[in-house]
Amino acid sequence: MRTAAPVHALVGAAALIALTACGGGGDAGKGAGGTDGSGGGAITVKASDTACQVSRTSAAAGTVEFTVTNTGSQVNEFYLYGQGDQIVGEVENITPGLTRTLHVELTEPGTYETACKPGMKGDGIRASFRVTRSGAASQGSDESMAAAVTSYQKYVSSQADELLEETTRFVALVKAGKVEEAKQLYPVARGPWERIEPVAESFGDLDPKIDGREDVIDEGMAFTGYHRLEKDLWKTGLQPDSGKVADQLLADVTEIVARAKKVQLNPLQLANGSKALLDEVATGKVTGEEERYSHTDLYDFDENVAGSKAAIDALRPVLQARKPALLAQVDARFAALGKELDAHRCGDGFVPYTDLTPAQVKELSVALDALSESVAQVPGVVAAT
Amino acid sequence: MTSEVPGTAPAEPTSRGVSRRRLLGVGTGAALAGVVAGVGGTYAAQRAEGAASPSPVPGLDAPVPFRGTHQAGVVTPAQDRLHFVALDVTTKDRGQLVELLKAWTRAAERMTAGAEAAPGGVDGAGPYGVPQDTGEAYGLPASGLTITIGFGPSLFDDRFGLADRRPAALADLPAFRGDDLDPARCGGDICLQACANDPQVAVHAIRNLVRLGFGTVSVRWSQLGFGRTSSTSTSQQTPRNMFGFKDGTNNLKAEDPGELEQHVWVQPEDVTGTTGWLAGGSYLVARRIRMHIEVWDRTNLQEQEEVFGRTKGEGAPLGQTKEFDTVDLAKPGADGQPAIPVDAHIRLASSKNLHGVKILRRGYNFTDGTDGVGHLDAGLFFIAFCRDAQQQFVPMQRALAAKDALNEYIEHNGSAVFACPPGVAAGEHWGQALFA
Repeated sequence: MRTAAPVHALVGAAALIALTACGGGGDAGKGAGGTDGSGGGAITVKASDTACQVSRTSAAAGTVEFTVTNTGSQVNEFYLYGQGDQIVGEVENITPGLTRTLHVELTEPGTYETACKPGMKGDGIRASFRVTRSGAASQGSDESMAAAVTSYQKYVSSQADELLEETTRFVALVKAGKVEEAKQLYPVARGPWERIEPVAESFGDLDPKIDGREDVIDEGMAFTGYHRLEKDLWKTGLQPDSGKVADQLLADVTEIVARAKKVQLNPLQLANGSKALLDEVATGKVTGEEERYSHTDLYDFDENVAGSKAAIDALRPVLQARKPALLAQVDARFAALGKELDAHRCGDGFVPYTDLTPAQVKELSVALDALSESVAQVPGVVAAT
Repeated sequence: MTSEVPGTAPAEPTSRGVSRRRLLGVGTGAALAGVVAGVGGTYAAQRAEGAASPSPVPGLDAPVPFRGTHQAGVVTPAQDRLHFVALDVTTKDRGQLVELLKAWTRAAERMTAGAEAAPGGVDGAGPYGVPQDTGEAYGLPASGLTITIGFGPSLFDDRFGLADRRPAALADLPAFRGDDLDPARCGGDICLQACANDPQVAVHAIRNLVRLGFGTVSVRWSQLGFGRTSSTSTSQQTPRNMFGFKDGTNNLKAEDPGELEQHVWVQPEDVTGTTGWLAGGSYLVARRIRMHIEVWDRTNLQEQEEVFGRTKGEGAPLGQTKEFDTVDLAKPGADGQPAIPVDAHIRLASSKNLHGVKILRRGYNFTDGTDGVGHLDAGLFFIAFCRDAQQQFVPMQRALAAKDALNEYIEHNGSAVFACPPGVAAGEHWGQALFA
């Protein structure tokens, strides 16, 4: 979620749902949507080692069928590319003499490219391919996208409120010198921050002041924020300037909350944010680096995962419509990771990171890798129009 | 490391001044690769063209057929580089594991042909999609890449209903005297061995297969090998290990199919009934052998040669003059004692000393950083293929562990055994017969 990607750039991108007809056998299909003025039916492709003969160079929007025959001596592949060389459909492993069929859903009119790739390498033998408008309107999912954004912005807003509320309490405890109570509240107060971390981090100037670790702040900048108070509470004891640091934290959080509530997001940012939260876990939490004095890393871990899931939940109708198998896998892997985390719960919170054995850390890491690999596929699905 | 090593005896005048790459290229071309890997490969038809693609060293860059009677990467002329990984299966879902084996087969076949792990894998997913190929081998030739899969004994527990499919010989190795095994470098449910003439290609292959496996398998341990220590074809020179010696001159070679059937490939009569899936396969034994190279380097030449039983420069058996001279275990030296000492490495590992037992060695040199006390963590990642790990490797290692003079300078700190199924025919996937 680093830099805001232009929302409309995505909507325009010609990324279409490709139905690769692998195997599938009896392609006695009715040449579905290919029926149109330009002479319907399957488009035949003769792919040799040096040529790629496509029987028609245009089709009406809808389901288009390509029947690809390898007349050469090398293994061949056939591709249909959209804008920016994005693969819209492909058939691979067409051995010499073999014929395979590709059904591809072309909802967006425009210019595409066909390509044969003898030997499976290189850019292939390309030709332009035009898709014309057809009667059938493309099923827009603009509404569910908009709903996803609205839903997630509500989530961000409620988390921002909670962050301000908890930080206010935490700051008061620090300033009152109530060390034990402040330590109790510390991981909880940070929770909302961790849930919306990619949004918060997008305000580059405030993030290091609020959440910077001692060794990652820029030269010449003071060590402030949550982690400075963490060090005071757990390691050095409260310092003469702890109260001042606490005041500054509250001021910074107040500002970031105001900004977060106004932030305008797009669906792709939600998807990327979901992944970014898991990346936070992979690089900072599962390694025990984030909370080096309090060792409350598992709290952050849990909150990052909760935030990641909130973004997926907002996108759920979109994913359910476009790629239900991926959504099912994402859900199953959130559940599996949740189970691993649950094993380390203690009271209302978690055991210290330092209590984990290397084998337990590996179990968490393995479940996290599996989930991240699936969630990483989500932006591509969301960006497809 | 072979003919270019300064101080190497002037044994092969024809090879001096010729780069190793050129030497390796000889005989590793399409014709031999085809012979070795058998027939029926999906990409067989492409082979001739592939080998003819522009390349300064034909052969080294060329692809090795993925499909065939036997898996590639066993008797394939040993490539220069290795990336080996042992994996644990993390799912309990048998169907999910089978799906991974299918996905792996597809990606492995593509990568061994020099293609991306998935069509358009590097940049075809569009700006918002995640590339399905990690990209570091993009544009590189196939580089002789082979990817060999094996199944460890632990896969045959109660998780996947495979218990009755475990051949008796697929069992953890017994403890050997002097072992210093690190559990983090031992065992594994599945292994993948990627060998190539370009390290980037080998690492890319493992990385992409591991990536496909997230959620189904996780890495247990992994080993890089930077240089082959074995020759598995008469077309190859015998390379040297980290002690500077040629070890494995009398290795089994691809050109002797009778010996391979006898010593390397599991025969149908070895695995009857529910274990029949392994017929035509082989057992892979992996041992990570740390070499105390600093201590070795302070050892005088005579002792070094007596430890191995060969001369250092030429690699001739002691008492002989040329590398490939017959090893004569009885021949006395100047002092009347056997020229090859009773505790010499080649005597103990000799088939004559082991009632005819032979194995196919396919190991790699490694240097994995430092041991933290001022030494290089260097050694040999020993890989052997055999028809029966228990009947071949175990007696050999027992003999070596008991009295090999080399033991003073080495220790085994990793160990694993895997059953590598036979090759995949057209349309088949890895593990198909096992999970049928």
